[in-house]
Amino acid sequence: MDSFALLLAATLNSGTVLAFAALGLLINERAGIVNLGAEGIMLVAAIAGYATCVHTGSDTMAFIGGAAAGALMAGAFGLLVIWLNTNQYATGLALSLFGVGFSAFVGIGYTQEKLSERPNFHIPYLADIPFIGPAFFRQHPMVYGAIALTAVLAWFLYRSRAGLVLRSIGESPESAHALGYPVRRIRMVAVMVGGALCGISGAYISVVYTPLWVEGMVAGKGWIALALTTFATWRPARVLLGAYLFGGVTMLQFYLQGEGVQIPSQFLTMMPYLATIIVLVLISRNVTFIRVNMPASIGKPFFPGS
Amino acid sequence: MLKLEARPEQSKLMSYLSPVLALAITIVIGTILFMMLGKDPVRGLYIFFVEPLKSVYALTELAMKATPLLLIALGLAVCFRSNVWNIGAEGQFVIGGIAAAGVAMMADKDTGRWIVVAVLVAGVLGGMFWGGIVAFLRDRFNANEILVSLMLVYVAEQVLGYMVYGPWKDPAGFNFPQTITFLKSTNVPKLFTGFRMNIGVLIALAAVGAFWVLLFRTYAGFQLQVGGLAPAAARYAGFSSRKALWTALLLSGGMAGLAGALEVAGPLGQLTPYVPAGYGFAAIIVAYVGRLHPVGIIFSSILMSMFYIGGELAQSRLGLPKSLTGVFQGLLLFTLLACDTLIFYRIRWQASRPSPAAKPVANVATSTLTTGKGA
Repeated sequence: MDSFALLLAATLNSGTVLAFAALGLLINERAGIVNLGAEGIMLVAAIAGYATCVHTGSDTMAFIGGAAAGALMAGAFGLLVIWLNTNQYATGLALSLFGVGFSAFVGIGYTQEKLSERPNFHIPYLADIPFIGPAFFRQHPMVYGAIALTAVLAWFLYRSRAGLVLRSIGESPESAHALGYPVRRIRMVAVMVGGALCGISGAYISVVYTPLWVEGMVAGKGWIALALTTFATWRPARVLLGAYLFGGVTMLQFYLQGEGVQIPSQFLTMMPYLATIIVLVLISRNVTFIRVNMPASIGKPFFPGS
Repeated sequence: MLKLEARPEQSKLMSYLSPVLALAITIVIGTILFMMLGKDPVRGLYIFFVEPLKSVYALTELAMKATPLLLIALGLAVCFRSNVWNIGAEGQFVIGGIAAAGVAMMADKDTGRWIVVAVLVAGVLGGMFWGGIVAFLRDRFNANEILVSLMLVYVAEQVLGYMVYGPWKDPAGFNFPQTITFLKSTNVPKLFTGFRMNIGVLIALAAVGAFWVLLFRTYAGFQLQVGGLAPAAARYAGFSSRKALWTALLLSGGMAGLAGALEVAGPLGQLTPYVPAGYGFAAIIVAYVGRLHPVGIIFSSILMSMFYIGGELAQSRLGLPKSLTGVFQGLLLFTLLACDTLIFYRIRWQASRPSPAAKPVANVATSTLTTGKGA
């Protein structure tokens, strides 16, 4: 029972990493931009957040640092993709390759550094309820932040005028342009906000999830987050659900090992990646379903007057 | 302000100049980086661009590192030209290496040199199998090939880990995660005694010729490229997009697998967890910098090989982390894509003038005002 409560808590923790990144990518894709650079952004933000935390000792500053690094990286991506009309896939890939190298390069001095004592989080009274307390109410504040962000994003996309404009740009940038909306500027803002959220996710990994810095520690979570937006058919609530589902799959390996299941560890480590493939296969099988839900201009450049 | 203006047609000159320009910008950024790290930039650049060319031995090492990059990038060029986004060549490389190792370990002391052929073929088949999974899932279930091929990289690395920590671990290897050292008879023949360079270099050069013919002198190659450039036109002409998908992924998977086999049965001589060295990802950059053209890829693979060797030298001589290679590689692709904009657009200086809409709006305002008064 106790180990199950811990599994639930770990699932929430691990799902939060994916939720922030996938919600950021959701904003991008709703504006018609696919950012394959998520993995690289998260790595650079992870070291930026970690370094900030080492020097300031503040989690808040770490998240601000990570978000700033993420927005900066995404800004470079946006500059090329939106203003220079480069191919989104190739540019995102370049950002990922750069991020892997750059984070390892600047992080070399931080592999020995340790963060100060990590605080414990307890929500008064609620954390003391048996089972439910340890499972849900002893988390880092950002875990609840991800849930709040999902609600805010859902409201923004479906209930606000600005959200409507963002979605219209994702569906048909030509029409939005004809209506007088500054398509490229709005896309740029969307890309940078998405990058900042990926950055928060990266900082969460290195400061909260596994509080240390190791080269390549994001380990494909950026790519899984990209798959999550498809899995969620571009809806915030489903993104959050999917993030917890994948968080659960990631954590299941440790749970199974703890329960003494005799499977080579490599096959357990494989599970989140295999799960991503399986989920992609299941969700993409229905071509019309995907086409109806996908923002229509996704991946296509928009250049007014061409 | 600066404004982009679409060119009436693509600039051929710029498509050749763009990689040079991108390299120049990367070097400038590199110089600044060296200075910021307090290292002599001239020495830094010397290590990256002159040292790897200084001796015959250095040149053979350069060619040997360029070989896997060249092989993988050729396959990827076909993929990218047919608009198939295989970014999991690293995984196909690893599985190719594992398959090759499986055959190499079957050899005993009486096995003839023919086993090398079997080793390489196993590598090709292994890579094709891994690429084939991507093609199958895309073809049958419409699953995005970018994400599937990339996820399979992580899976391949775990398979490798399982093999070297588990069933294939060398019983006499002091519990290190590695296989036995393969028998001499399975090693890819070296070209000259005293150098590590092997016949892989020749295979790669032959592959350049083969891919040039495939792309520019065969109907199949033409069909692939039309499918990439104009899917609607290809459909109208009756070219099968499914065939293009399978061809591209099996070809690129096979090439990556071959590179893996050459690496495992060549310089490595055994399986270790360190088989994946990022060649599969670097080859993406090689393919782009080489303009997705087999001949161009020869030059870009040599350039990228210099980055690899330069990174290792910078580590031993300047005490800089090896990951500097990755920084330069990423920067090069990033600046290249930016420079490629000049192929399709030219930059024009446009003086910012007052908005032309300002005046008519004022007129409308006054006219309504007057009509309002008149009414």
